[in-house]
Amino acid sequence: MPALVPESTAAVELDSAQSEQIVDLDRVRFSWHATPPWVIDIEALRVSRGERVFLRGPSGSGKSTLLSLVAGVVTAREGTVRVLGRDLGALGGAERDRFRADHIGFIFQMFNLIPYLSVVENVALSCGFSQRRKARAGGDIDAEAVRLLEHLDMGGANLLHRQVTDLSVGQQQRVAAARALIGAPELVIADEPTSALDADLREAFIDLLFRECERERSALIFVSHDASLAPLFDRTLEFSRINATGTTPREAQ
Amino acid sequence: MILELAIKSLRNRKFTSALTVLSIALAVVLLLGVERIRQEARESFASTISGTDLIVGARSSPVHLLLYSVFRIGNATNNVRWDTYRALASRPEVAWTIPLSLGDSHRGFRVLGTTPDYFTHFRYARDRKLELVQGVPFTEAHNAVLGAEVADALGYHLGQSIVIAHGAGDVSFSLHEDHPFKVVGILARTGTPVDRTVHVTLEGMDAVHAEHTGAEGDDPLAAALHAQSAPADGQAGEEPKRAITAFLVRLKSRSAALSMQRSVNEYPGEPLTAILPGATLQEVWEIVGAVEKTLLAVSALVVVVGLAGMLVALLTSLSERRREMAILRSVGARPAHVFALILGEAAFLTLCGIVVGIAALYLGLIVGQSWLESRLGLLIGVGWPSSHELGLMLMVGTAGLLIGLIPAYRIYRHSLADGMTVRI
Repeated sequence: MPALVPESTAAVELDSAQSEQIVDLDRVRFSWHATPPWVIDIEALRVSRGERVFLRGPSGSGKSTLLSLVAGVVTAREGTVRVLGRDLGALGGAERDRFRADHIGFIFQMFNLIPYLSVVENVALSCGFSQRRKARAGGDIDAEAVRLLEHLDMGGANLLHRQVTDLSVGQQQRVAAARALIGAPELVIADEPTSALDADLREAFIDLLFRECERERSALIFVSHDASLAPLFDRTLEFSRINATGTTPREAQ
Repeated sequence: MILELAIKSLRNRKFTSALTVLSIALAVVLLLGVERIRQEARESFASTISGTDLIVGARSSPVHLLLYSVFRIGNATNNVRWDTYRALASRPEVAWTIPLSLGDSHRGFRVLGTTPDYFTHFRYARDRKLELVQGVPFTEAHNAVLGAEVADALGYHLGQSIVIAHGAGDVSFSLHEDHPFKVVGILARTGTPVDRTVHVTLEGMDAVHAEHTGAEGDDPLAAALHAQSAPADGQAGEEPKRAITAFLVRLKSRSAALSMQRSVNEYPGEPLTAILPGATLQEVWEIVGAVEKTLLAVSALVVVVGLAGMLVALLTSLSERRREMAILRSVGARPAHVFALILGEAAFLTLCGIVVGIAALYLGLIVGQSWLESRLGLLIGVGWPSSHELGLMLMVGTAGLLIGLIPAYRIYRHSLADGMTVRI
């Protein structure tokens, strides 16, 4: 179990260094099959501590692939992906998985929750794979989970003890947000988290997410095709502009 | 963490998990049950006779002789003359002999004509003596002692009159109705063919047959009178015409068994066969052994089917669980964790199946023990599992794990390929 593996000293150094550059992509190229055409071809992309970045682009343009690169699920074929100053390409698969567990919270578009775990267990799941986030969440993981859920307006006893499959999509997304935020990861990645929500719920969700990211001092990369959300963010990146691939969205899977 | 997830995920799929556990448990019950019956059958088979060094009968194959003299299966083709028996029984190296006369039956149960020596010398299992639960051994010629199962099945009690029939069938046309035997004793259960035998005296049997063969159109009153006088005849001395089917021999020293066997086989008076019961029992068991091996193979196949059911259940769950795996990956689970999760589920299901199976088997044994004993004559012990059985369970467990590797590997490949891309 990774939770029992002691932390590498490098991770501790990163903390003390308080690196302001959370994400730093340098001439990154990627394709699923080792050779061009590239799906990702990004000259530079930086996200600094606590920053809220909106990444806009049509579905299927390779945004999810970019997120996989940042999260260390896949590695760049060319160039370097640095997260918290760490070159992910230089890490082994297991190290990248642990790095992700320690420093990155993830929110998917929908169906974010594990159906057989309770609401609190779903939130606490992040700490199960990371000793560091467990430590940062304080002694009592469940209490911290409940605290976060309360902040996200999910604290009611009737909600906490509901089957996760019985929650509405909006409620599920808030539980997912709590899971991404518990243990204060430096980076939260949200991949179209609001696209399954009604328009009036979207902004409320984003507000909650902002508030909690600020509290945990987490940077946020928020991906959506919905340009109307862009004004809420510190910075908006047009994916088609930063990504220099000539491919059409369909080819880019 | 992973184990906890595995158990929770199984609990979430209670119905399929329970079915899977049930099918594995049933397979385990079958495997262990067959194995136990096999062991007990072998043991009770080997313990049908003990303390006897030689069995002597008319010339035939050793297996045949053993089957009819000990198991009451089939019939002797020839008899042994009484004077031959007397001559061999009086050899100096002989400790005791028990004459056996077969060929009659009572309502489907074999009738064995013998002497009171049978109750003092006959041994089964590990040197166990026959015990009477009621009554006494023979005191008079027309006495009968019933095996436990005969008494149970026919509901006989002491003092009852029974009539024996010629031949071994259930329905016989020549009943020796004029010579009823009186039940004077009932034997304790032995788990051997003794339980299914009606024991009568040789003298009584002689009287029945003498009358039967001798006086065709006799007046029934005269026959009855003759029957009453029979005990006196028996005590008076030798019946020159008497013949027996076989006899059991105990020697003063076991080491003389082989030379005695040779000398019986070369007996000049008439063609005889002597067998060492232990060796011939082994020979018969080897014939029966093919059946028991087949049984074991069939129950092993049932285990395979049970595990295949688990494989199907796990594989069908995989497609809907790819999303779950992506979520786990996003919170930092390694592909190895995902692999371990599925393997853990397989291991847990198999383990539950084994535990439930063993529990069910013991429950069944405790409940069904008396039934098995009375209906099949099998006394299945409710002891701790033998190391052999534990070995079998270990094999089932290992097979479960190996089968679990298949879905675990598939989901591992998926999670490597999918990464965190959630496919709906």
